[in-house]
Amino acid sequence: MHTQSLAALAEGLRRRDFSSRELTEHFLGRIDKLDGELNSYVTVTAERALEQAAAADARLDKGEGGPLTGIPLAHKDLFCTQGVRTACGSRMLDNFIAPYDAHIVELLDAAGMVTLGKVNMDEFAMGSSTETSFYGPTKNPWDTARVPGGSSGGSVAAVAAGLAPVATATDTGGSIRQPAALTGLTGIKPTYGRVSRYGVVAFASSLDQAGVVAHSAADAALVLQAMSGFDPRDSTCVERPVDDYAGALDQPVAGLRVGLPAEYFAEGLDPAVRAAVEAAAAELEKLGATLVPIQLPNSPLSVPTYYVVAPAEASSNLSRYDGVRYGYRCADPANLEDLYKRSRGEGFGDEVQRRIMIGTYVLSHGYYDAYYLQAQKVRQLIADDFRKAFEQVDVILGPTTQGTAFGIGEQTDDPVTMYLNDIYTIAANLAGLPALSMPCGMLDGLPVGAQLIGKHFDEGRLLASAHAYQQATDWHTRFPGAFA
Amino acid sequence: MSLTTDQIRHVAHLARLGIDESRLEGLGTELDAIIGMVDALRAADTDGVTPMAHPVDMPQRGREDAVTESDQRERYQAIAPEAVDGLYRVPRVIE
Repeated sequence: MHTQSLAALAEGLRRRDFSSRELTEHFLGRIDKLDGELNSYVTVTAERALEQAAAADARLDKGEGGPLTGIPLAHKDLFCTQGVRTACGSRMLDNFIAPYDAHIVELLDAAGMVTLGKVNMDEFAMGSSTETSFYGPTKNPWDTARVPGGSSGGSVAAVAAGLAPVATATDTGGSIRQPAALTGLTGIKPTYGRVSRYGVVAFASSLDQAGVVAHSAADAALVLQAMSGFDPRDSTCVERPVDDYAGALDQPVAGLRVGLPAEYFAEGLDPAVRAAVEAAAAELEKLGATLVPIQLPNSPLSVPTYYVVAPAEASSNLSRYDGVRYGYRCADPANLEDLYKRSRGEGFGDEVQRRIMIGTYVLSHGYYDAYYLQAQKVRQLIADDFRKAFEQVDVILGPTTQGTAFGIGEQTDDPVTMYLNDIYTIAANLAGLPALSMPCGMLDGLPVGAQLIGKHFDEGRLLASAHAYQQATDWHTRFPGAFA
Repeated sequence: MSLTTDQIRHVAHLARLGIDESRLEGLGTELDAIIGMVDALRAADTDGVTPMAHPVDMPQRGREDAVTESDQRERYQAIAPEAVDGLYRVPRVIE
């Protein structure tokens, strides 16, 4: 059951070949047996899952429910889940029982999905390897000596190993696409504002966006559809109808203009990854797409821009953790300042502290213009590059990462090297564009991902393009042998 | 440019982040490397460029000036480190 598509699972549930309870127990059993090796789950909500499964079965018995009713999933541990710990990979929130549900949790609950548990992530989503989590690193199911990518490493490891059919995730600079690429999954980050950020623990508010990781574009389309939509509680959520992603999957690729940015195939890219992505481009061409060389000249500035804007927003967002209202509080504070400083110094890990320091520095008196304001101007230049490119093309294709999954501990001593993992993914966040990663090859037993970037609100076209590619290839059907 | 230990102490104070003295030097090296990387921005020609205010071109939405929140004090204080009589308790502020 753990290798079937969501559509096949839904069909089995509708025909009552198996119940949601059986399906849920199957995944809970696999988590119990196999997750010790992976550390993908932080909290397993077995009891609640079986209650939700029973409710789903009652609906299905009556012939009610939709395409996701009775299907289990895992939530990244930064989506607030009422009554369930939402720890965000941090000691700071280790004792935080969310008092309300995130908008997407409400929507997916209402669709009848069954929550298996909450999955691991880099602390406050800051990282590209899931090694900064307070709960220890998550392992890559393709090679447990390697990282699954990050920050949504728990989401991808759980789905890739068949410990959940699908999972929610978030992407601030690549945290859905980079881990999806390193574990052979399809992951989509929608347009900024498409999915409500209400109840999502904030990292960098102008960049954060929730999405989904799945085995295929067709699976991702079903869940993204259900979690998208207007929510007045997020002031940046867009009031605009959601397209029918699943219904539009079969639109043809013929005539699609695919841009290949020179800057994404330049120095630093592993030649074998390059060859795999070029083969994916050739496959799309075979399906009738036209390949167009394009330029995104400000690409080299995207990482520096991000590492001003994201830490600046993070330092502001994370000022809420004060040891007073919720979360970690230090023992025996001498006075209020000591309470703040020690609660934050002890509650946050090293990477979060580095980002708070950088963010505070670039916003501080005398440095604001040189760093923060300048970064917001360069961000406009990066967005302009995309505006110009999309006058010529419909989608942009490139690599998701420079190489395949790296070893656990290999990059933890050097923050800047770790930051460069997101060199191809960050620009889409800066410009607010939808983007997905899809598997396009295997190198020495490790998956390779290709990235598609689209125009604002063109998620449907991205998913349809990936679906067409997946109809013609079988990379997305590979499953790590040790977890079969 | 590199940050002095005094600058790091100052920024940590602004962020109300308690950093152990023994960690200051190592943190300084890490922050210097990050600042060195983002310094590439200084060379970019941004004359006449409007700083980005929002990643999607849209006006900020307003809402009716109506009461929408109900009293959640008990629920929210149930997860506080220390709450007494509906108040959050902190160390003495006025000596």
